[in-house]
Amino acid sequence: MRVLVPVKRVVDYNVKVRPKADGSGPEVDNLKMSINPFCEIAVEEAIRLKEKGIVEEIVAVTVGPQQAQEQLRTALALGADRAILVLTEIFVEPLGVAKCLKELCLSEKPDLILLGKQAIDGDNNQTGQMLGALTGFPQGTFASELTVEGNSAIVKREVDGGLQTVSLELPAIVTSDLRLNEPRYASLPNIMKAKRKPLVTVTSEELGVDVSPRTELLNVKLPPKRKAGMLVRDVKDLVDKLKNEAKVI
Amino acid sequence: MAILILAEHDNSSLLPATLNSVTAAKLIDDEIHMLVAGSNCKSVAEQAASVAHVTEIFVADYFAYKDFLAENLAPLVAKIGSNYSHVFATATTSSKNILPRAAALMDVQAISDISGIVDNDTFERPIYAGSMIATITSSDIVKVVTIRGTAFEAASVTGGKAKITPCTALFDQAASKFIGEEVVKSDRPELAGAKVVVSGGRALGSEEQFSLIYDFADQLGAAVGASRAAVDAGYAPNDMQVGQTGKIVAPDLYIAVGISGAIQHLAGMKDSKVIVAINKDQEAPIFSVADYGLVGDLFTALPEFEAAM
Ligand SMILES: Cc1cc2nc3c(=O)[nH]c(=O)nc-3n(C[C@H](O)[C@H](O)[C@H](O)COP(=O)(O)OP(=O)(O)OC[C@H]3O[C@@H](n4cnc5c(N)ncnc54)[C@H](O)[C@@H]3O)c2cc1C
Ligand SMILES: Nc1ncnc2c1ncn2[C@@H]1O[C@H](COP(=O)(O)O)[C@@H](O)[C@H]1O
Repeated sequence: MRVLVPVKRVVDYNVKVRPKADGSGPEVDNLKMSINPFCEIAVEEAIRLKEKGIVEEIVAVTVGPQQAQEQLRTALALGADRAILVLTEIFVEPLGVAKCLKELCLSEKPDLILLGKQAIDGDNNQTGQMLGALTGFPQGTFASELTVEGNSAIVKREVDGGLQTVSLELPAIVTSDLRLNEPRYASLPNIMKAKRKPLVTVTSEELGVDVSPRTELLNVKLPPKRKAGMLVRDVKDLVDKLKNEAKVI
Repeated sequence: MAILILAEHDNSSLLPATLNSVTAAKLIDDEIHMLVAGSNCKSVAEQAASVAHVTEIFVADYFAYKDFLAENLAPLVAKIGSNYSHVFATATTSSKNILPRAAALMDVQAISDISGIVDNDTFERPIYAGSMIATITSSDIVKVVTIRGTAFEAASVTGGKAKITPCTALFDQAASKFIGEEVVKSDRPELAGAKVVVSGGRALGSEEQFSLIYDFADQLGAAVGASRAAVDAGYAPNDMQVGQTGKIVAPDLYIAVGISGAIQHLAGMKDSKVIVAINKDQEAPIFSVADYGLVGDLFTALPEFEAAM
């Protein structure tokens, strides 16, 4: 069984991102970049399925610029077997990413596609669902537990009211939530080994996909700032303020 | 043209989240239609028909829509939605599951979790865990959009007199099956719409001690939330997580107890009207958004608070 794991290069989650001075977009130059945390969880889940003997091959893929090779190397160091960079010069939206991934699904014929539920830069939470539409594969989004049995994937999903379980016929799409697993760290020997694992590059044109954007970013700004608050002396003071000043209790 | 709203419901009642989409839709158009897809969901259609501003209800009553599986609902939304200028739904886990799939079937780039409407094509939405607000404009013919519930008031459940029309587009894809659900039932107010929310963090230390938060919340008639650290540690169930990747809340009063205030947590609560933080570390970032901060030990502060009320 083969698993395709799409990973996205994003600003590291520990870094605070601010607008560019002219407000034309987020200032991301020279910031620390990482694999999107949810994608890391997806990679980890693929590795665990391989360790259980269910999966033979893990293919990591990213749609992005040359530098996104770094994130593919990280995925390889964690345990992916090979990687594909879909090289694009422009910033690609979820629909465009899903179209590229669909082409790779046709050529790679994965049984399972494991994505993150959302990328922490755009917070879109769309790509897995869109890939589902384009391939016709069933989807188990926001997964906190995944079991592969025979020809189906049983997915426990985190939903507003609690947890929901669905059964999906393979090939299927699963997007990871935070509690699916805790990703491992790459060991130094594995980082060295990853340098020799195969990484191929194709362009979106070679895949025959039109990735031109449908939306335009007009500007970004800081959210309205909250006015400075105060420290209260003690609990009595707090209760008094909430009752008589804020009038919320 | 008109706007189509995908109604969220449980086959017997319309969920309040849907009402926020109605208010957002009203900013764009007076012609507001709602799609009620489910099984034996006639009562939902009737409730939807009386919601203010809604002009027409389409009911797709079909056994395969019972569990709202995206594989079945997305083609329905795509088919009906292509006759509209906009398709809206409130950004619940259910519509986040369905709408992008419908958008891709329509060859549309969906727009997630908008917090503002500039004009028919232009929307504001938070990015990078709410550290910035982006203004984006879409060139797609149909705009497929999810609405951040806290950013738009709920429309009134009365006042509307929409016409109810049955809908015959039926899709049943057998590749996915609903197996079951573990729904947490509670008498407390629902987190997303509550007026008061009390959230507990890692500092609670155990599932047993997290009950301090429940007791405190019950005194205030509040809903209960949690940080991811508290959920990860098993102190609280996942559906209580507030934040970038959990629920977004904006109550009149939000009390953060033993929560440090990581940006991912702030993303889910910093639009609350009044924020109270109880934390023993004066340097905790939560104090930078708190209107009232109490530096102290929660294990003494909570009992004192309850006594003082
Ligand atoms: C991709 C990603 C997504 C995330 N999404 C979310 C999300 O949606 N929601 C979310 O909450 N987090 C999210 N996180 C996690 C987030 O980064 C923080 O790790 C988390 O919010 C920390 O939770 P906490 O404040 O309870 O724990 P801690 O950061 O450990 O804080 C505990 C606080 O309790 C205080 N304390 C300890 N003992 C006491 C006491 N006796 N009395 C009073 N105060 C005390 C401490 O001073 C400290 O400030 C996400 C992280 C990532 C990487
Ligand atoms: N450019 C990309 N390349 C590869 N995978 C991506 C890309 N963008 C998004 N994804 C995948 O889709 C998931 C959800 O992203 P999004 O829909 O952008 O929130 C991510 O966690 C990745 O698994």
